[in-house]
Amino acid sequence: MEKYAVFVPKLVTRRENFAPGHRACLGCGEALAVRLACKALGQNVIIVSATGCMEVISTPLPYTSWRVPWIHTLFENTAAVASGIEAGLKVIMRKGKRLAEEVKVVVMAGDGGTSDIGLQALSGALERRHDFLYICLDNEAYMNTGIQRSSATPYGASTTTAPAGKVSIGQVTWKKNVPAIAAAHDIPYVATACPSYPFDLMAKVARGAAIHGPAYVHILSVCPTGWRSATDLTVRIGRLAVETGVFPLYEVENGKYKLSIDLPQLRPIQDYLKLQGRFRHLSEEIMKEIQNRVNEEYAKLKEKVACA
Amino acid sequence: MTEQRIGIEVSRAIAIATKLANVDVVSAYPITPQTHIVEDIAELVANGELDAAYIPVESEHSAMSACLGAAAVGARTFTATAGQGLELMHEVLYIASSMRLPVVMAVANRALSAPLSIWGDHSDVMATRDTGWIQIFAANGQETFDNVLCAFRIAEDQRVLLPVMVHLDGFHLTHMIEPIYIPEPSQVDKFLPQNQYPLPLDPNKPITMGAFAPPDIYTEVKKAQQVNLTAAKEAILQCWKEFGDCFGRYYSPVESYRGEKAKVLLLVMGSFSETAMSAIDILRGEGKEVGLIKLRLWRPFPFDEIRRAVRGAEVLIILDRALSFGGPGGPVCSEIRSALYNEDKRPKVIGFVGGLGGRDISPGGFKEIINRGIEISQTGSEREFEMFGVRE
Ligand SMILES: Cc1ncc(C[n+]2csc(CCOP(=O)(O)OP(=O)(O)O)c2C)c(N)n1
Ligand code: SF4
Ligand SMILES: [Mg+2]
Repeated sequence: MEKYAVFVPKLVTRRENFAPGHRACLGCGEALAVRLACKALGQNVIIVSATGCMEVISTPLPYTSWRVPWIHTLFENTAAVASGIEAGLKVIMRKGKRLAEEVKVVVMAGDGGTSDIGLQALSGALERRHDFLYICLDNEAYMNTGIQRSSATPYGASTTTAPAGKVSIGQVTWKKNVPAIAAAHDIPYVATACPSYPFDLMAKVARGAAIHGPAYVHILSVCPTGWRSATDLTVRIGRLAVETGVFPLYEVENGKYKLSIDLPQLRPIQDYLKLQGRFRHLSEEIMKEIQNRVNEEYAKLKEKVACA
Repeated sequence: MTEQRIGIEVSRAIAIATKLANVDVVSAYPITPQTHIVEDIAELVANGELDAAYIPVESEHSAMSACLGAAAVGARTFTATAGQGLELMHEVLYIASSMRLPVVMAVANRALSAPLSIWGDHSDVMATRDTGWIQIFAANGQETFDNVLCAFRIAEDQRVLLPVMVHLDGFHLTHMIEPIYIPEPSQVDKFLPQNQYPLPLDPNKPITMGAFAPPDIYTEVKKAQQVNLTAAKEAILQCWKEFGDCFGRYYSPVESYRGEKAKVLLLVMGSFSETAMSAIDILRGEGKEVGLIKLRLWRPFPFDEIRRAVRGAEVLIILDRALSFGGPGGPVCSEIRSALYNEDKRPKVIGFVGGLGGRDISPGGFKEIINRGIEISQTGSEREFEMFGVRE
């Protein structure tokens, strides 16, 4: 240590392949996640984007925020488009029709584009073992179209199509566990991440990109607009999601679960929920129900880690 | 170096065409009556006879989506489908054309459910009429084979860069064994240059594909697309001309059979035109001045060629193998009627819909259609169109 004047724990490129000047809302967690992911991915990528917030804020014709090759076609077909790109590159490089070089195909899609309408295409591409990285940007609703519920919306959250009302708590279903669905395809790498833990996120994206075969990284992305949270609390809320055990950070490498941050004790979920308007209406009773569920799910995850 | 004429199932001939075209990526999902095409390609790949990636996707939506990706990196890309599969691809079809991705697809034309029918008609195609694809109808096995080869050249032509559908009637063509001339690989190599997609996705030259268009730019983008598809006709004509010069078989957007001095013309698309030819021969034998028009190029629509082909005729009878429910009958008839409407002198246009869901029309049937058409042209009809061969 004493040999150096400056201590630099991690080096991160200053290059922004997701350029500033895009149109995301103030405090957008998805845009932050994309920025960090792009730093981890570097130049040799082709990004396949689904329809959704990140597509719309970055590419109003004739402008673009992308300094790497980027393609958007539809909402639900990103994994299939990526399949074609990956297979196409491989064969034309083999046939000498294109210079042979390492190019990673990376999907970026929202929770709606992943857990709902795009799930079939995702499952197909994972099962066929295409060499690609799929990044799910999970802001827990269809934000681009105005905060409608998705199957990734958490229990008790109020959205525009599952609003809290006199006789409803809002979302009445528990969040679909898409990382577990991805892992059930026996793919080499699955991870969860959150931009509130930037180095962890970048390491996981880099790991997923380096793997040969399909990899899946699920990123919880705070959305102040849809979550009704303060724009300056995005990073804090992301950390609270992890510290309360609502969104644990872990990796599944070749079927082996590993916690990225092992919390000796979880913070009470109120710490997380109370900062978000989408949970404002919840009664003590419902919060208790959510707390129990979080405890159970966390225990189940720890069991998987122990088994591995 | 000459072509070999062999007896072969038309589906298998398509597979051989993709092999001769040295296609890079085939992404497909099975559906009757397209299955033999993709099975045969999978077999060629499995035996190492064709060096391509065969992606066995989980749906037609993904089949076409994977084609988009493959075409966007500059791979020569092929798929095939039919009926429900084509419907499931629907929104993806617009992407291929609007993003100028030169995918080639064989469509084994099939009726649409419900009730489920695996048999042929043109309902599936007509639902894709406005998707911006170049669409060519084949009348027999040779035309199918030849036009699959032509389709790659047309689609990848730098002036065109549009996806192409080659239509062949389900079962009536897909499952037919016909004598077909198969060229030597070297002949095809001479005719079909390598795919040189001008702006592929490439980290060395980053581009953004598929940005969204605000209202102040969308109309201009669509106008450009319309101009581009219309202008593609020139490249299509040139391709057919050069194909003819190479292989001796010449194609045109509209083909006339015994149309000279015909007072009455019948217009048909696809394989039924072969049967209709027999009916024309019979009627000509009876001294009737009838002729046949085969419409081969459906998109871009060959306005001039159609107007020229019907000049001088008094009655034009059109058979559609698809129905526009609650509308004016069949799409082919509607379009031709509107293409002729502003002409000073034009034939009476009489529409029939028939041959739905695999129902055959025999030469005798075509005779009936022609005779009934002539009758309607004289007496008129209360209906916009008639359905042929319906049991009441
Ligand atoms: C087939 C189809 N259905 C619906 C839509 C409308 N749509 C566009 S984006 C979107 C929601 C996107 O939600 P998500 O994937 O979670 O991404 P986010 O905008 O939240 O980042 C919807 C419903 C569409 N574009 N295509
Ligand atoms: S709505 Fe949410 S996810 Fe979308 S740009 Fe705004 S903050 Fe980001
Ligand atoms: Mg979302």
